[in-house]
Parts: sequence; structure tokens; C-alpha cells
Amino acid sequence: MATTKEARPYVNPYLAGTLLGVVLFLSFYVTGGGLGASGAMTDIQTGVLRWFAPGHVDRVAYFADVAGGAKNPWANSGVFMLAGTIVGGLVSGLFNRRVKLELRKGPGITTATRVVFALLGGAIMGYGARMARGCTSGQALSGGAVLSVGSWAFAFSIFASGYALAWFVRKLWN
Amino acid sequence: MAPFQLAASGSLGYALTFGVIGFGFGAALEMGGFGDTRKLAAQFYLKDMTVLKVMFTAIIVAAVLIAGATAFGLLDMSRVWVNPTYLWPGILGGLIMGVGFVLGGFCPGTSLVAASTLKLDGMLFLLGALVGVWLFGETVGSYETFWISSNMGRFTLAEWLGLPVGVTLLLVVLMALAMFWAGELAEQYFGQKKPWAEISLRPRHGGKVVGAAALVLASMVVLVRGQPTPAQKFELLGAAVQKPVAERAVFVHPAEVVQLRQDINVHAAVLDLRDEHDFNLFHVGGARRVDPAALTRPEVLKPLLAEPSSTVTFLMANGEGPALEAWKALKASGVTNVYVVEGGVNRWLQLYPVDACVAAPAAPSAADGDRLAYQFAFATGSSLPSAWPELAVSRSFREPCAPAVSEEPHHGGHGITWPRYEFAKKVKLQAKVAVKGGCG
Repeated sequence: MATTKEARPYVNPYLAGTLLGVVLFLSFYVTGGGLGASGAMTDIQTGVLRWFAPGHVDRVAYFADVAGGAKNPWANSGVFMLAGTIVGGLVSGLFNRRVKLELRKGPGITTATRVVFALLGGAIMGYGARMARGCTSGQALSGGAVLSVGSWAFAFSIFASGYALAWFVRKLWN
Repeated sequence: MAPFQLAASGSLGYALTFGVIGFGFGAALEMGGFGDTRKLAAQFYLKDMTVLKVMFTAIIVAAVLIAGATAFGLLDMSRVWVNPTYLWPGILGGLIMGVGFVLGGFCPGTSLVAASTLKLDGMLFLLGALVGVWLFGETVGSYETFWISSNMGRFTLAEWLGLPVGVTLLLVVLMALAMFWAGELAEQYFGQKKPWAEISLRPRHGGKVVGAAALVLASMVVLVRGQPTPAQKFELLGAAVQKPVAERAVFVHPAEVVQLRQDINVHAAVLDLRDEHDFNLFHVGGARRVDPAALTRPEVLKPLLAEPSSTVTFLMANGEGPALEAWKALKASGVTNVYVVEGGVNRWLQLYPVDACVAAPAAPSAADGDRLAYQFAFATGSSLPSAWPELAVSRSFREPCAPAVSEEPHHGGHGITWPRYEFAKKVKLQAKVAVKGGCG
């Protein structure tokens, strides 16, 4: 759905943050829990895995916890939230003319490099998110807002290792 | 108070509730520019601090709103999901995620938004993330002891610092504001390549100062107002907890307690709220003595909150008064499956009497208060059959009134049969509020 018109600029980050904060508060107020994305990814991944290897899902404790036996991984709250997140992003993108099929990358790398690093980064991120029991949204954002000690330690760990590594991979982005 | 009466899991209303929240989440992320990997990655080169600004603005805005809502009785904090702290797995996971972030240019939530606006790199990252969570599931079994280590449970910054919630909130807000200020300076230096001499240390827009002042002011209001005490919270909880008291639905007949003590599916715990003197004279077998004043202290409350939903906690005093007060405090703190033993120890001893040589009914005292209605000759603790009505015989039962010398070994006496009492069943096991973060 490429548009010929220019994409609108992003809103002020503090305004976007305030909006996000209000959404986060409403999530806590209405459901008692915060926002998240990576938990639903586990649901979806395990649900897909079950199509191919149901016995395996039942035998691996971590998967069985999500989709073992009669459990339905597709009906978890996080999956609905994930679907809503995609629709929300799409609607905002459409309004602001930012929906465009493209691949974004740093200026100094080839498309192939970006593809490899997007996949690799995603895999590392997914792995770390499950180890930390939540991603940037489920742990740092949600846990941060209810002042959980672990969530704050987690949030600073992400930034610490990101900044520590950034200089070594500067060719990727600059 | 926020009721959390969500539509049943799996229903359309349930799906819509989370879908709408997700919609707001996705839209806010997209508006802030989180669908653009270059904007996200620029964070790590200090050129564009959007990630820091959006994330920590969201955290402090939500934190102020949540603490404000609990301070003014709109939200029951004990029923809000606080991510449990598993310190070291969390830190290692965070360090791993930082690597993924700077290599891949997204985090899971932002990759969703990028994918939704048809950014191929977002879709690829998302695919990678699905592989990553699969690999985690396959491998975590090999180092599970680490993954479940350093579990501190529900542990907040306020508890860690030993400060009131309001003070902690104010400190967090001030820290975030300091980070924004430093972030803006970094943007000018690294992003716009301005020389240091040209960079003003003052914020450039009045709106930012106003916003910052509003947040500081709001957290000060929360600080001054303070979080509600258990008694205040009980009032705020309203009819949901006051009705069962009025209808005596929380008072359980001793015979039901005895029956549940025999039920292998249930763990029936008895908390004795009397002083040590009365406790030593007689208490129900297995009862744990708890000072009512210490009931809502973390070291007592946390284990109660952590009990599985098959645990029923019975509160006992000599009469009912202190037990009911304790019930209110626990209920307000979010403890489930807690009941008061009807009539307390006095009624218990009436139904399951001790031998006359041990204790006799005391003359009714004019003094008010929670008095033991029996005059004990000596302390029996839980050594008499009356303390364990569910047991017919036990080797440890003492028979103080039996003849002193006996040739026959007793092996727990002759077996006692208590009368069967009729009672209305009151205990209804309640599953815990299944509130969980989306990432949990």
C-alpha cells in the first residue's frame, strides 16, 4: 500500500511516551497486568510447533507449560494483544502514510547483510527475552511502571550491553 | 476499585479487551517512530534518544498513574501483577537482548509494529525472534537451576530501598527527568554535531518544563497522600468483602475445619492470633502463632500470599474479634481462601472438650476483650486429643487424667470418638486472580 504522498513526521517522543504510559496504565487498570509481546510469541511458536510435533510439545516441559495436553496456546490474552498491536501499528501507519513495503537498514551495508542481521538479532532477542521472562515491553515497561526491582535491573542490562557492543558494530548503522 | 471482572477467558469480550489494549500499544509505538529500525538503532550511537524518551516517559507516566490510583483507592495494588524478580536470569537475559537489539535493530514489540507497516526487516526480525523463543524452549531444560535461581518473588524498588512508595516514585521520576536532560544534550552533540560551546544546558522548550513539573507535582501528591493502610483498603473494597462478614459467610464451624484437616486435597493452615500464654495453654494442632500486629508485615504476609490456591487459612482467637480484624487485614492485602473459626478456641473447646482435670470453665469475666473461657491447670499446647479431633489415636497424646501408673503400654490411648456435628459448608476454594503480564 505504497502512497505517493510524504510520510508524516513522528510525534514528539514525550507525547508518544505519555500516550504509551496511559495505555500501559489502562492495561493495568482493566486487566491487572501490563503490556507484552514476547510471551505471545512463545504461544504462537509453540502452537505452530504443535502442528508438526505434538508429542514433542508434550514432552518438553517449557512447551508443555504453554500448549501441553488440552491447553490452547492461541486463546491466551497475549495473542489477542499481539493481534491488536499489529492492527494498531497498521492503522497508525496508514493515517500517517508510513505503510510501505521496504527494507530499512544502515547506509553502509547491503540488503543481504541486513537480512542476516535482522534474523540473527531477532533470534538472540527472542532467546534473551524468554530467559528474562519478558521483553522490553513485558519486563522493562510493565515491570518498570510497577517498580519491580528485577525489571529495572533488566532494563539497565539491555542498555548496558547494547551500548557496550554498539561501537564494534557501528558499520551496521552508520 | 478496579474490579478486574474480565469476561471469561476465550470469550469475545476477553479477546476484545486485550485486542483494544494491544491496539493502543501498537498505535503509540508507531506514532513514536518505533517502527523505524534506524531510529531505534540511533539510540545506541547517542544520536537520537527517542527510545529512551518514549520508554521512560511511558514508565513514569504509568507509574504515577498507578501509584496515584492506588493512593486514592481506585486500584488494589495487591491484585496488580508485578513481574517477579529473578535477578540473575533477568540480568543475563537483558544483556543478551542488548546484543540482539543492536544487531537486529528491534525489540519484539517494535518489530511487530515495523512488520505491520510492511517493513521487511521487521518481519525478518520477528521470524528470527520466533526461532529464538523456540530455541529457548528447547534448551532451558539443560540449565533450569539457573533459570529459576535468585527468585525474589514480588519485590519492588520501594521494598528494596525501604522507602514509602511515594518517595520511591518521586526518585524514579527525578531520575528519568535527569536522563532526558542528559539525553537531549547527547542528541545535540552526537546527532546534530554541535560543538559543546553552543549547547545550552537549559531545556529548549517550555512545554518540557511544564510536563516535568506536572509529573514531579503528581508524585508529590502521591507521596503526601500515602498508600492506604489495610483498614482503609478494607473500606475501599466495599461490599465485595463487607457482605460476607455481615452474612457470616467467612465464619467456619470448627467441625468443617476438622473435616478439611482430613481432606488430602486441601492444606488447612491454622493461624493463632492469641498471646503466647493462651497459646501455650491450648492450641489447635499444627497452629502457628502470629502476632496480629505483625500480620501485614512482609515477612508474614508474603508467604501467605504465595500459598497455592489449595491452601485454606483459618484464623483463630479465643473468641472471634481479633480473628475477624485479622481477616479484614489479610483480605485487604489480597490473601485468598482465608476464614475465621466460628467462636474461636472457646467454641472449639466446647465442642471438643478437654478432661475436667485439665481445665474447667472459667467464671465469666466482666472484663472485655478476647478471653480464654477456661481455667487450665497447666499448659497443654497441642498435646491433648482436643487439639486434633480428626485423629482418633496418636502416640503423642497425653492422658493427664489417666491413672499415673499403668502396666499396659498405651500406644496412644483407647481411641476417642467425638460427636458428629452438623454444619453448613462455608469454605469455597478460590483460584487466585490469574493476572499475568503479556510477557509472563
